[in-house]
Amino acid sequence: MELSRRETLALGLGAAVLALVPFRANAAAEDAIAAFTGGADMADGGVTLTAPEIAENGNTVPIEVSAPGATSILIVAAGNPEPGVATFNFGPLAAEQAASTRIRLAGTQDVVAVAKMADSSFAKASATVKVTIGGCGG
Amino acid sequence: MYTKVLTAVAALLTIPVTAMAGPDEDNLVINDELDMISVTEAPAHAENLDTIYSGWHFRTDETQALQIDDFDNPAMIFVDQAADTFETVEGAAGKSCASCHDGAESFKGLQASMPKVDAESGKLVVMEDLINKCRTEHMEADVWKWSGADMQGIVALIGLQSRGMPMNVAIDGDAALYWEQGREMYYTRFGQLELSCANCHEDNWGNMIRADHLSQGMINGFPTYRLKQAKLISRHNRFRGCIRDTRAETFAEGSDEFRALELYVASRGNGLSVETPAVRQ
Amino acid sequence: MASGVKPRVKVPKKAAAGETITIKTLISHKMESGQRKDKEGNIIPRSIINRFTCEFNGELVVDVTLEPAISTNPYFQFEANVPESGDFVFTWYDDDGSVYDTRKSIEVA
Repeated sequence: MELSRRETLALGLGAAVLALVPFRANAAAEDAIAAFTGGADMADGGVTLTAPEIAENGNTVPIEVSAPGATSILIVAAGNPEPGVATFNFGPLAAEQAASTRIRLAGTQDVVAVAKMADSSFAKASATVKVTIGGCGG
Repeated sequence: MYTKVLTAVAALLTIPVTAMAGPDEDNLVINDELDMISVTEAPAHAENLDTIYSGWHFRTDETQALQIDDFDNPAMIFVDQAADTFETVEGAAGKSCASCHDGAESFKGLQASMPKVDAESGKLVVMEDLINKCRTEHMEADVWKWSGADMQGIVALIGLQSRGMPMNVAIDGDAALYWEQGREMYYTRFGQLELSCANCHEDNWGNMIRADHLSQGMINGFPTYRLKQAKLISRHNRFRGCIRDTRAETFAEGSDEFRALELYVASRGNGLSVETPAVRQ
Repeated sequence: MASGVKPRVKVPKKAAAGETITIKTLISHKMESGQRKDKEGNIIPRSIINRFTCEFNGELVVDVTLEPAISTNPYFQFEANVPESGDFVFTWYDDDGSVYDTRKSIEVA
């Protein structure tokens, strides 16, 4: 992949910002996850998070989570001013431990889903969503 | 080996182009049953287009999905609310829309022919004009604000009755003068950026303007639920946004200029199904 | 009560016993995040729907906690089991204390 001057510059800026900011943003997201898991380890696999690779507008981003056998699923947007998105608690009449919703993303970032399983173990999945800023707002 | 390299280079060259340019080839079918004409031959008077495409073809799969099922379409909340408004008595005459009109269904076909020239006054009228005329003359109620939620809800409810029918606005006879005025505006460069409607929506549709995939600027799906504002957006509000983005002083919503432009832009989409209410980014 | 709040729910009218059915819900609500500012630069206070529940004949299907990152006009889709004929009850809880609910009957053959 050839990078244009502008893209390279953007990468550099992104890296600079990454070095400064996510400390705070990610800490809040990590706190939210820790509050949900009680600090327990999280397995990879067991939970599926489906989100678009590119969102045309960060105001309405469709996502889907699925974790067969889970009792609840926490969704966190690590790059939002407040990382919490939603927590789904499934009752006995939920045919699948899965749900879809539409969420707000303040910018390009990782969305994280953490599932609490019936045996109180935890599983985690994440997806990066690029949020585009259009040329023609209004 | 040589061919392999060539193929790789060709792939590199073509991928970004096919991924970004042009309308996609999906079929627009609503609720698994209503086949929409979203691609068709351009009408002869759209002189610089061969094929016309609904703006739906320029959106991502996720945005497209919001329009193909009425439950998933957030615009339908406002259409539901409008159905209640339709029955609500308002104004000194003690009437609702339903007092005179036999259900919103009675407006089937109207949207496909709007805007049109009012036979009595000889003036070009759009849907919002018809609604406000009913409100003031028959209901003795206040006029609604052009882009207000009440107004655009009813505009969408009435438009929905014609969904699937091909747009077919008249551009001859009494309408010819207004159509010429609209056409003139379409090709006039506005603002500090000196952009005409045609610069983006005729010369560059299918290309990216920053991160936006430019459509042909068709209005057959308005009022449209825009994800950005999360509400129904009127045709004139969209025109206003476009002209403002050229860094120009824009015309007012409900101005005669925008009525004429609405007629002209609607006529460029003659043959496309009415999509009201569409969903866009 | 926030103005113009209107729930929409899609539930099949009939199902076979033990069949998995898809439920979709949508409610009109601005979901003011508490992050935006008005023209004078004052923060617009948060005002959202903070909880949504779906029950069938008194038994829980799903109970959702919503944060301000849920989009305007909150939408949910999920799957339910219906062991017998009965009523779904859908309930939305607003920050301002309002509760909106709606029910849908389903016939299980």
